[in-house]
Amino acid sequence: MLDIATLLGAGLLQAFEPLNLMMIFIGCLAGLFIGAMPGLGSVNGVAILLPVTFLVPPTAAIIFLAALYYGAMYGGAVSSITLGIPGASTAVATVFDGRPMAQQGKADQALTAAAVASFIGGTISVILFTLFAPPLAVFALKFGPQEEFALMVLAFATFIGLGGDDIPKTIFSILLGLVMAAVGFDIISGQPRLIFFDFVELQRGIGFLVLAIGIYGIGEMLWTLENSRGKVRIHAVSTTWKSFKKNLSHIREYLPTTALGSALGFFVGTLPAAGATPASLMSYGLAKTFAKDPDSFGKGNVSGVAAPEAANNAASTGSMLPMITLGIPGSPTTAILLGGMIIWGLRPGPLLFTDRPDFVWGLIGSMYVANFVTVALNLALIPLFVRVLAMPFTILTPIIFILCFVGVFATTDRMFDVWLMLILGLGGYLMRKLNYPVAPAVLAIVLGPLAEQSLRQSLISSRGDVMTFFERPISLTCMLLALALMIYPIWLGIRRRRAGAARGPE
Amino acid sequence: MSTRSAELLMAAGLLLLSLGLMWTVLADELHIGWVEGRGPGAGVWPFWLSAGMALASLWTLVRWFRGATPESRNKAPYIDGQSLGLVLISFVALTVMLVLVHIVGTYIATALFLGFYMRFIGKHSWRTTVNTCIGMVLLIYFLFEWQLTKYLPKGATMFEDGFLWIDNFRWQYLM
Repeated sequence: MLDIATLLGAGLLQAFEPLNLMMIFIGCLAGLFIGAMPGLGSVNGVAILLPVTFLVPPTAAIIFLAALYYGAMYGGAVSSITLGIPGASTAVATVFDGRPMAQQGKADQALTAAAVASFIGGTISVILFTLFAPPLAVFALKFGPQEEFALMVLAFATFIGLGGDDIPKTIFSILLGLVMAAVGFDIISGQPRLIFFDFVELQRGIGFLVLAIGIYGIGEMLWTLENSRGKVRIHAVSTTWKSFKKNLSHIREYLPTTALGSALGFFVGTLPAAGATPASLMSYGLAKTFAKDPDSFGKGNVSGVAAPEAANNAASTGSMLPMITLGIPGSPTTAILLGGMIIWGLRPGPLLFTDRPDFVWGLIGSMYVANFVTVALNLALIPLFVRVLAMPFTILTPIIFILCFVGVFATTDRMFDVWLMLILGLGGYLMRKLNYPVAPAVLAIVLGPLAEQSLRQSLISSRGDVMTFFERPISLTCMLLALALMIYPIWLGIRRRRAGAARGPE
Repeated sequence: MSTRSAELLMAAGLLLLSLGLMWTVLADELHIGWVEGRGPGAGVWPFWLSAGMALASLWTLVRWFRGATPESRNKAPYIDGQSLGLVLISFVALTVMLVLVHIVGTYIATALFLGFYMRFIGKHSWRTTVNTCIGMVLLIYFLFEWQLTKYLPKGATMFEDGFLWIDNFRWQYLM
């Protein structure tokens, strides 16, 4: 316990270093802005801005991106409340009560509640993070390739079992990402693989950023262009010190649901397929179920704003836990962070805690600081963000397209990858329109090389015996859980069909 | 095209892609099984996962024929008619920009793209358009070329030579 306190102290000191503190400020600000823009969320911001972070050392870079991740969770609420359009999918549940509150002229109260709840959610989850991460990392140090592989299978299984998307399409998306990761030279045998049409450029493989920026930059903007046409009405927000103090006095009304949502969000966030969006929806549902007046939800209940906002912030921190300790990202955003860490030459996983404590604890320390910075910036700048929302898409869209192009070029120095990004982005957009989930593919391309390596290492050490995954207790548990997650939706479907058949033809 | 036909086309296309991937692995003569004394062959991972992709696509096709997916029952147009124009023009403009990068280089291409988008799609004033373009170009130069020391594409030799003046100026007076 004392060790943790010492390390955390060092981390906090590191977070206050001028460069890191500056990164926290810029990251939070950028995140708030990106989160507030409809159509852009943390994952888009992290993907598009990752190339720029090579300007600063890795610790400062991840602090910036983590702050951005945080800020985007706060920012999402701004457009949910003032526009009635979720600024990011993570803020969908905030619309349910945030919008009616804005229509009743209580937008400022809703925004304050969102900011305060986000702060509480972030703080509770970062404390949970600090308590859980070190023991989990120590535990994970015992993992061999079998356990690593089993964990990744479990991560992908959560998409099938909990993702809620079409199952064959989810499986396709996962496998496509894993196969794309295999393009290029095989690390073990040195043979070139999947070099289509003899493109020499493919020998270096398909970088995960090419896919991530393609999907979350190009694809996402095309998606937004199609879906957000038409003028929207922005609700006026007036903020004065007096009204702010009055709004703060409402905290007691939503404190219990906020605390509950924070804890829930943290644990849901650690699951790869779940993350912040379902966490916020579940938290909203829970708040409604346990409320004394469930009927007032959806009509402008302040708890309905606080519960999902607390949960999505808590989930964003929660999803960092498996990424830092196990090397398995808990969300698409952390998948991109993980890919970034590999580019910076850091191998995420339990060894990070012993090899690079400065990096890990600097990041954890920065999360505490970022929480305070974001809540302060958010409350202070609400009027500004509301104004930013009025910025026409015809400025933002081309700028994002340009950043995608320059960003991809800057990471690989090849126009080939830029064209690949364009094609993958278009493909991702067309597939997403048909309900193919894209997040599993991004997660898979990041984890693909690690997954293949651990599979082959395990099989080599067991001389080809697949049972090696079922003989070790931890990997057996993961495999069984994974199997259960994969079978569960199929079993559910069969049961539903039987029930339908019993009722007879309609 | 309706969403219904789009789903069939997509599933069939992805099935072909999966089969193509499997074929590529075989054509490269990679081992897709156990290599005695060396462990799993280099082709095991891509081949069997592509086979899985093919199966998943077949599964989607079966579900399409049974009308099990919501998309297979959806007769609405695949891309909304009203916004099709905007999506298409944005994508084409972006493609043209990337082609121009090869010819006239990053800076002129991005400025033209941004200018076109803001002025003709966004109907912003010339003043706003030109200011944003200049700002964007300077930002890219400063962030990527200067701070990250990347050599962004400069296009044909003629344009590349022109850039030497700017780079020389920077090295002589600003560094």
